[in-house]
Amino acid sequence: MRQTVLGRTVRGIVLVLFGLFFFFPLYAMLDFSTRDFQGGRTGEAWSQLLQDPTLTSAIIASLVLALLTVVGMLVLLVPTMVWVRLRVPKAKRLVEFLCLLPLTIPALVIVVGMRNVYSWVGYLVGDSIYTLAFVYVVLVLPFAYRAIDNSLSTIDVVTLSEAARSLGAGWGTVITRVVVPNIGPGLLSAAFVSVALVLGEYTIASLTNYENLQVVIALLGKSEARTSVAASLATLMFAMVLLLLLSYVGRGRSVREGKSQ
Amino acid sequence: MPSLGLLPFLGYLTVFLIVPTITVIVGAFQVDGRFSLVNIKTLFGSTAMHALSNSMLLSAATAVIGAVLGALLCYLVVNAPPTSLFRRAVLSISGVLAQFGGVTLAFAFIATLGFSGVLTELLRSTLNVDVFGSGWLFGLPGLILVYTYFQIPLMVIVFLPALEGLKPQWREAALSIGATPRQYWLQVAIPLLRPAFLGATLLLFANSFAAYATAAALVSQGQPITVLLIRAALTSEIVLGRADLAFALALEMIVVVAVVMVAYALLLRRTSRWLR
Repeated sequence: MRQTVLGRTVRGIVLVLFGLFFFFPLYAMLDFSTRDFQGGRTGEAWSQLLQDPTLTSAIIASLVLALLTVVGMLVLLVPTMVWVRLRVPKAKRLVEFLCLLPLTIPALVIVVGMRNVYSWVGYLVGDSIYTLAFVYVVLVLPFAYRAIDNSLSTIDVVTLSEAARSLGAGWGTVITRVVVPNIGPGLLSAAFVSVALVLGEYTIASLTNYENLQVVIALLGKSEARTSVAASLATLMFAMVLLLLLSYVGRGRSVREGKSQ
Repeated sequence: MPSLGLLPFLGYLTVFLIVPTITVIVGAFQVDGRFSLVNIKTLFGSTAMHALSNSMLLSAATAVIGAVLGALLCYLVVNAPPTSLFRRAVLSISGVLAQFGGVTLAFAFIATLGFSGVLTELLRSTLNVDVFGSGWLFGLPGLILVYTYFQIPLMVIVFLPALEGLKPQWREAALSIGATPRQYWLQVAIPLLRPAFLGATLLLFANSFAAYATAAALVSQGQPITVLLIRAALTSEIVLGRADLAFALALEMIVVVAVVMVAYALLLRRTSRWLR
């Protein structure tokens, strides 16, 4: 396609405007969080990140929640999805529907309705911020399901498991030692996206009065604006690295797919 | 019975997804454990209706702005070759920014356009313009601006496949029988893309309607939109003179989001007919 000079200029200007809109707020966070009040620069807000005890305990809580969520999600989803492919293919639509349902039922609705369930959870396993992992597993399901489903459809689960079964493997061995090693990239992307979502989760934690990372950042915003902006930027950077790794992992897989076809 | 293997999964989702949803639906029609339509009636009162219309306005505005600007960005991207660094960068960054909501995003804009934000001070010292004004950032106009930040990248992710699905042969065919590029766009490309575009706009609408964290972090006073009214109903027990109003408001959200998502699914089915 021929491009006129005018067309190219317009295109350039539009792209610069998009760039400004998306990157200026990020730059502003860096600038804002390193200001001192005399017009100079200071790293005080950033060093506060690891010193403020409320913040550090919230960071730890959120990281542990992310870990618990990933483990719960994998334990719940992987055996179920493999089992559906192998033994009950009729249930595929139902499982898919249930996994994608949280997209239509906002987290805010779940938090409104979950008081009864959580009074039982509190009764059974005790009252702790880590019980949030139960409901976070539900929140990450749509994204995790897609990642794992994509990965599963690139391998022939039925043949692999029949081969393993004919050599005497039990169902547990089939899942953990035959299927799982073959869908590594899918599991990795499911884990990454879950971690990113849990680290950014605010809705449920704040409305159930638990202090996870985002809740503490929001609270800090009222007293220590610079520290909360620094913490926001730090979590954002962390999530960005995770999600960029995710897109890299995804690409690695599709390159391999392309070759095998 | 192989289907017994699904029991743990079904049981888990029943407890942590289905039961809360049913609690909301049943709770909306109850007062003190008895059937009642009082809460539903409160939804049609002026406060709840005002919040709902603001939510609709916010969602519609950010969906349309996000869809138009996102489609424009897609158009600029799709002209670049698929392997170009620019195109890959836009896709990866969109993937990240579409997820970038919540408290972090609110603080990004407070650091930019808040009272002592970087852009506010820059404009104040150079052009002597007060862009902060009377605090529009913390009301509905601010929410529209801030939501646009994650709506545009979401549009890029959702709409780019449709734009990529336009085969170059169709353009060549149209041009070879004498169509001008303008005619190609108006009579071939745009009619083909319309369902995908409308579907993506609906998805953006639902995304914005259900978003909570950004609004909660940005708006600390008043309840201009439905999700913030739910926050008030949950945290202060009694809103508009009614306990349990949160259930009714949550039901309202389910209904709106479900209607929009069903329409989205129908439009998606139509697009997938030619998008292979």
